[in-house]
Amino acid sequence: MDFSINDEQQMLLDTTQRFLTSEYGFEQRHKLLESESGWSPAIWSQLADLGLLAVDIAEADGGIGAGPVGVMLVSQAIGHGLVLEPFLSSAIIATQAVTQIGSDAQRAQWLPSLASGESIAVLAHDEDKAGLDFSRIKTRATRSDAGWTISGGKSVVYHAPMANLYLVSARVDDGSLGLFAINADSAGVTRHALRTVDGQRAADLEFDNVLLDADARLGNDVSESLAAVTDAGIAALCAEAFGVLDRILKATIEYSRSRKQFGVPIGSFQALQHRMADMLIQFEQARSMMQLATARCRDADAQSRRAAISGAKVLIGQAARYVGQQAVQLHGGMGMTDELDVSHCFKRLLAFELRMGTTDEHLAICRSNLQAA
Amino acid sequence: MDLDFNQEEQAFREEVRAFLRDKLPADMRQRAHLGDHSKIKEDITNWQKILNKQGWGAPAWPAEFGGTGWGKVEQFIFETECALADAPAQLAFGVKMVAPVIMRFGSPEQQQRILPRILAAEDWWCQGYSEPGSGSDLASLKTKAELDGDHYVVNGQKVWNTLGQFADWIFCLVRTDSSGKPQRGISFLLIDMKTPGISVRPTRLLDGGYEVNEIWFDNVRVPIANRIGDENAGWTYAKYLLGHERTNIAGIGVNQRELRRLKQMAAATERNGRPLIEDAVFATRIVQTELELKALEITNLRVIFAEERNHAPGPEASILKIRGTEIMQRITELQVEVLGARALIMESPNRDLGEDVPRATAAYLNQRKLTIFGGSNEIQRNIIAQMILQV
Ligand SMILES: Cc1cc2nc3c(=O)[nH]c(=O)nc-3n(C[C@H](O)[C@H](O)[C@H](O)COP(=O)(O)OP(=O)(O)OC[C@H]3O[C@@H](n4cnc5c(N)ncnc54)[C@H](O)[C@@H]3O)c2cc1C
Repeated sequence: MDFSINDEQQMLLDTTQRFLTSEYGFEQRHKLLESESGWSPAIWSQLADLGLLAVDIAEADGGIGAGPVGVMLVSQAIGHGLVLEPFLSSAIIATQAVTQIGSDAQRAQWLPSLASGESIAVLAHDEDKAGLDFSRIKTRATRSDAGWTISGGKSVVYHAPMANLYLVSARVDDGSLGLFAINADSAGVTRHALRTVDGQRAADLEFDNVLLDADARLGNDVSESLAAVTDAGIAALCAEAFGVLDRILKATIEYSRSRKQFGVPIGSFQALQHRMADMLIQFEQARSMMQLATARCRDADAQSRRAAISGAKVLIGQAARYVGQQAVQLHGGMGMTDELDVSHCFKRLLAFELRMGTTDEHLAICRSNLQAA
Repeated sequence: MDLDFNQEEQAFREEVRAFLRDKLPADMRQRAHLGDHSKIKEDITNWQKILNKQGWGAPAWPAEFGGTGWGKVEQFIFETECALADAPAQLAFGVKMVAPVIMRFGSPEQQQRILPRILAAEDWWCQGYSEPGSGSDLASLKTKAELDGDHYVVNGQKVWNTLGQFADWIFCLVRTDSSGKPQRGISFLLIDMKTPGISVRPTRLLDGGYEVNEIWFDNVRVPIANRIGDENAGWTYAKYLLGHERTNIAGIGVNQRELRRLKQMAAATERNGRPLIEDAVFATRIVQTELELKALEITNLRVIFAEERNHAPGPEASILKIRGTEIMQRITELQVEVLGARALIMESPNRDLGEDVPRATAAYLNQRKLTIFGGSNEIQRNIIAQMILQV
């Protein structure tokens, strides 16, 4: 047993934090939030220059190969910074999909440009009503002479508006689940841009007989490998949420020390002290579940991996709700404004509850694993 | 003991329902239903005019001032039915807040000048209590009013003024004496928003909406004639007002409406191949909330019953406020849970995403305010501890 992180990992965390502290302050972020595109290509290429887009690419593939712990640490910092750029979507999830599922040729084709930030890829997998159940995926891939034809729709695909490559899951004629690389500008792709509750950009995607070459498919049946990819993604998302929890909790404690009513800091009221104590407890429980998810997210045993991931998603989701709501409450009217960190963290935490399987969906998985002893 | 409305009350309820069916304009109802605030000023104003024409412009005022003269049970029925029918809420600041103070403590001249204009929706009122340094601890307020001839000169800043961007008038608590106990040096002033020296700045809230403002007063001259009652007695009037803000504090009608909507949403949403309302876990959450609301409705009626028998509004109002707001927040959570990942969507230009996206998410964010304003729920619990438990 060892909960410590090594020097290299610490450096990775420091680098990310230092960069975001200097380049991603509240005002800078606010400008991006309000801008047409909602993100900064300049920040993106700086993240690439720092090597952060290659943290989850193996050294053999030319990356840093920081592993799950490295990903956890960088994701925490990304969450703490409320970063709007497609780090999780492209540098973690899509990168993992290519790494785990792509052929040598596909890895060689895409990983370098993902690492350099020139390419942005997103996994387009979630469908309205499908939930976490892969068997409900309705997007279809039909084999044709020239290659593949894809039709269907994907729901709330984070960062699709800025991506040039979609990795799309689809049910194949033979019953297998396939993963297909579709260029964003392909004929037959419709992108309905969305702004999500946490101010990020996403899209509902529609594919209407999109024609693909035969080599656009990644792997064969991806039912299992894609689950491994999304589990790794959820682990990173949990770490992001933990970074947000860290920021909102500290902001609340700080506020309770500085805000005075009735001649004393509001933090001196026992009712609020107990509330913050409860927030801290949830925060520490969330930290533990994040570490569990990190430790298990690359397990080959799908069952135990999923148990850890879903368990983490549930408890961190519940912590996100409680801590987020109480943070707003303890800030009083200031918690309701757009002008402080707290509401932005609060909304990011709400998005966490809903993304990549809601708390309820993951709770159902935990429930289905329940055994008498 | 009989927990049902008697025959007259039931007949009254039918009358209100018929009125709402006939007189509530469909587009107004639809906007309220969808949480569309784009015409909030017109809707509130026009609805007030429609009510006034019916003679129902002021459900809680005595008849001598142009009110309905209704008892509290009728008021409760009226408020509940209006909410259930998706009528716009009346602007509380005039009809429910400043008016009772003017009726009780204002001069006859003030009563004649101001009350009819409130009834007829000719003046839009907003509330100027809170300041940057004075929220829960309202008595510490600093906005200063100094006498100069027959005027006060007001300097300072108010915050969180709901719908102040439309206001013709603001009722303010101001400091007229700093020497003694803070509560003793506060006066209650009515200020014309057109007076030189007033500036209004919007505060954007977390849902992107614009419903509150900051208001600055820079040497604003207010005639002494616009002071309510005595100088330095404003705290008494403010406390009286708080007692009157509470008839509908539990929000039974809006809670019932949103619960109804929640159930409709859960019935229309499929999860794992079944309507979500049939999912045992989710159904349990709905039922739990429904039970809480039922109990609160009866608690509310009990309080009304006691008040009708001449008990002044008491600390029981804190129970209604706490539970009512917590239930509403719970319902907004559950509506978001029904939508699942679709609740992530806040904006998608030129598309029809149905009635609930992004309405439910926006409501979840916005309704966090319920436990903060009107005396935060922490303050309400303090009141219960001090006034009811007396520990
Ligand atoms: C959307 C919105 C609309 C509003 N509209 C109006 C309006 O129209 N006019 C107007 O005058 N005001 C309005 N308000 C202001 C509202 O009344 C104040 O926000 C409220 O009084 C709380 O004050 P505060 O925001 O300064 O928080 P604070 O008083 O600073 O409170 C911060 C936190 O400390 C807690 N706290 C404070 N004191 C204690 C204590 N003794 N024990 C335990 N906990 C405590 C509070 O409960 C809260 O959680 C509005 C507020 C909001 C959010």
